Amino acid sequence: MDKKTIIKIANLAKLEIKDDKLNDIASSLEKILNLVDEMNGVNTDDVTPMSHPLNLKQELRKDEVKEANQRDLFQKDNENTDNGYYKVPKIID
Amino acid sequence: MWDPVIGLEIHVQLNTKSKIFSPASTDFGSDQNTQACAIDLGMPGVLPVLNEEAVKMAIKFGLAIGANISDNSIFARKNYFYPDLPKGYQISQYEIPIVEGGSINIIIDGQTKTINITRAHLEEDAGKSIHDLYPNETAIDLNRAGTPLIEIVSEPEMKSAAEAVQYLKNIHSLVRYLGISDGNMQEGSFRCDANISLMKKGSEVLGTRAEIKNINSFKFVENAINHEIQRQSDILDNGDNVKQETRLYDPSKDETRSMRSKEEANDYRYFPDPDLLPVSITSKLIEDIKSNMPELPSTKKDRFKAQYKLNDYDIDILTNNRELSEYFEKTIEGTDLNAKTTANWIITEVLALANKKNIGVSEYPVSYKNLKNLLSNVQSEVISSKQAKDVFERMWNNGEDAQYIIENEGMKQISDTDELNKIVDNIIKNNYKSVEEYQNGKDKLLGFFVGQVMKETKGKGNPKLINEILKVKLKK
Amino acid sequence: MHNKTVSELKKAIEKKEVSSLELTSLFINRIKNMDPELNSFITLTEEHAIDKAKIIDKEISKGILRPLSGIPLAQKDIFCTKDIKTTCGSKMLDNFISPYDATVVEKLNDAGMVIVGKTNMDEFAMGSSNETSFFGDVKNPWDKDYVPGGSSGGSAASVSARLIPCSTGTDTGGSIRQPASLTGICGIKPTYGRVSRFGMIAFASSLDQAGVFTRTAEDSAILLTHISGFDPKDSTSSKNPVPDYAADCTKKFKSLIIGIPSEFLDGLDDKVREVFDENIRILEKNGCKFKKISLKSSKLGVSAYQVVAPAECSSNLSRYDGVRFGYRAKNVKNIEELYKKSRSEAFGPEVKRRILIGTYALSAGYYDAYYLKAQKIRKIISNEFEDAFKEVDLILGPTTPDTAFKLGEKTNDPIAMYLSDVFTVSTNLAGLPAMSIPMGFKNNLPLGLQIIGNHFDESKILSLAHHYQNLTDWHTKSPQEN
Repeated sequence: MDKKTIIKIANLAKLEIKDDKLNDIASSLEKILNLVDEMNGVNTDDVTPMSHPLNLKQELRKDEVKEANQRDLFQKDNENTDNGYYKVPKIID
Repeated sequence: MWDPVIGLEIHVQLNTKSKIFSPASTDFGSDQNTQACAIDLGMPGVLPVLNEEAVKMAIKFGLAIGANISDNSIFARKNYFYPDLPKGYQISQYEIPIVEGGSINIIIDGQTKTINITRAHLEEDAGKSIHDLYPNETAIDLNRAGTPLIEIVSEPEMKSAAEAVQYLKNIHSLVRYLGISDGNMQEGSFRCDANISLMKKGSEVLGTRAEIKNINSFKFVENAINHEIQRQSDILDNGDNVKQETRLYDPSKDETRSMRSKEEANDYRYFPDPDLLPVSITSKLIEDIKSNMPELPSTKKDRFKAQYKLNDYDIDILTNNRELSEYFEKTIEGTDLNAKTTANWIITEVLALANKKNIGVSEYPVSYKNLKNLLSNVQSEVISSKQAKDVFERMWNNGEDAQYIIENEGMKQISDTDELNKIVDNIIKNNYKSVEEYQNGKDKLLGFFVGQVMKETKGKGNPKLINEILKVKLKK
Repeated sequence: MHNKTVSELKKAIEKKEVSSLELTSLFINRIKNMDPELNSFITLTEEHAIDKAKIIDKEISKGILRPLSGIPLAQKDIFCTKDIKTTCGSKMLDNFISPYDATVVEKLNDAGMVIVGKTNMDEFAMGSSNETSFFGDVKNPWDKDYVPGGSSGGSAASVSARLIPCSTGTDTGGSIRQPASLTGICGIKPTYGRVSRFGMIAFASSLDQAGVFTRTAEDSAILLTHISGFDPKDSTSSKNPVPDYAADCTKKFKSLIIGIPSEFLDGLDDKVREVFDENIRILEKNGCKFKKISLKSSKLGVSAYQVVAPAECSSNLSRYDGVRFGYRAKNVKNIEELYKKSRSEAFGPEVKRRILIGTYALSAGYYDAYYLKAQKIRKIISNEFEDAFKEVDLILGPTTPDTAFKLGEKTNDPIAMYLSDVFTVSTNLAGLPAMSIPMGFKNNLPLGLQIIGNHFDESKILSLAHHYQNLTDWHTKSPQEN
């Protein structure tokens, strides 16, 4: 895994990687990928991928409103709120 | 030298009571963040549970466009960071959406054209970012987060802004017919993204496309597309290349501009949401929904033509809006009212006043029962159509009853033959000379006699009846 | 009293031999005295516990008895608790107080249990040694130079040291069974979907499952009965009826056919093998038939797991963005900095490593080669188990390749760390229930026996475990107190 890829991935994941850590991270990710590559020894052409451990179907919920306003509770420990809004640094589109 | 190729992605908010994955309310316009529950906020440990009604509404839409309804549809996560997207991913559908295929017809320059629909999938709406509330900060309101949407993706088959707008209008009309959305464009319940590219005339190779985001009125769609076609053809005419990008339409300047924030290449890393299982849709459910389907706009149009013999223009206006078409039919129902007259009344008088106040059918101050009464009085010549217009205005403005106004204002026409006979007899007696002249061939004098009768009846005499009586009596 | 099991304490409370307040105070005092060295708790909820114990005592005096009235319990700090902070072992949630209770918490509260604290764990449950916790390492009560295992290290160590009679845990790749094995206690991870995940902070949603730590199989059965069941708040929870596991497991033992996968024994440490074989002999003499089986692809479990778990975690942990809750970096210039600094300053290196691997595995161009491939391997592993369970009732093997390792021994070698889950991850991939019970010692450090069952066969697992504990006394051994 090259540095460019790591920077791209870190950007997608919104993680900051200091330049002096790049090599370490690259080598540890490389090791994990080597471990993972053991999977390539198995032919899986005809295998259906498995996303869920149980073969269940989605249960549906009735369309009912059951939540009351709890804004004050949710924002109690958040200093970056004002007048019920969450605030973030200004975004310029 | 360039042919536009246009595809639309329409986002329709479904009018469920609660959100797609949480039991919080979807009401519009509540105080900021008062309708965002722990699940909508993406608090640690919360899980989504799918709203049955949202699924049914999507199926309803799918059936209405003749699409395939998947019986094993899958929810996926679309991963990206934005402050109004609380979990850092949007629950949407990627592989196996609930609705695949289908089409709708549009009429353009009198020709029917079929627009194919690629897919329609269920997803959750994001919250809102408000950029102009604080000088250095963006404010986030997550009330909208988790509101159910269907995203309807068309094939790139439209060739002009006019076609795109017609398609959009038909979808708008359809979702309101189906009762799955209020279609309110100001409130963002119905909005669209347009993909536009230009293709060299005669070529079959698609050009590079630009995507215009979040357009929320029919007029803006038309303007934005036309503007974008012009912009791209200018670029191509200059021998330059169109850049693949996301653009924003600014209605105040009537222009599109590049969105910097979307410039960075996105990699959404879709994968099946492990918190949600495949949605199984039984054929019984599909049959239940089918048997409860309302009449669709296209069927209704055909029926109006056959049943009421109305022209296309009238039919279009009456049927574009389900409530209006029902208002029309309820007005006529159980009466022998003339369909064309009734249609004219609704299109000219009713809509004129409704549009002035910008109100919907449910808010009309004149009920269909009251309108039925008024028009019956006109048809049976109790009042003249000129009088009826005044009565209608009073009904609309003061909420008064048709019968009440007609009776209390003494507006009833005199259609009593005996009474009119007496009046005519009197007039003939007092205008002997004119009678002679008439009998000698001066036909024009009939108008004079009618005027005399009207004067005598203070304008309330039934003109048709007066004419008939005069003609008979003057012959003698 | 602190050596009594849940089942014994339940009787003592019901017979009014001891009050909930007495029990609660006793365990709180033990924690206060002994935990500074072990570090198995992140939060001690003394006041809250005393209040609840008094309420329960009042109820008891009025003749109201709940199924587990007044018995103290520790919750892994991954379960959201209203009014008590829930850190998930991370700086990210150092000050997070959940506005709601997890379903597991709610159920045990309703059963009358008293939460005395929240236990230490690897950050966001990512680790096998409890060394990734923001709140420091947990020590193994058997030897404080050794790790207790992870990620539920605090829950395991506290039960092992008799600081608490029982605790909850979560298991994504072995996070209940591995620490249970390394600290000499029982730990059960039920079938995926058996216990609601609502309010349990997600690591890898399709693998995570809640379970319990106790000292006896019967105690595990008692607690499991109370946390299991369908939850309308968790779409992935199962509607299968919940049996009375405790009643089931104490019934007369019925002969079982048990499979031993050759893959679990190949290249195993000699001493571990010796201990394991000795136990097979005991069971063979007492109603069990053994059969050699093969789970050919189970060796790929760690590889598939190291794709699936990070992929899901990379997405699950995106919500920690500094906007609505959790750590928020100061003095940031723009939104990008808010995200990157908040996440980079508050997540530890192991969490970051997994987010990066997961992001990579899902990214354009790599999805098929990694994520999809792993999900296919997962299917193969699951099919192999399915085939095996056509021939055997249960599958047996050592829980871990070896005993606990030393603190710091594997911290710089993630691969070695990951491989300590080699016997446990496959069951998570297949969603199967499995349990670890103490089976002996090597160099005075405990070893665990793993019992794997078919989907929803918890009763069979517990029945064998209970039967084994009637034949042996490993589960009664406790670490020395100094």
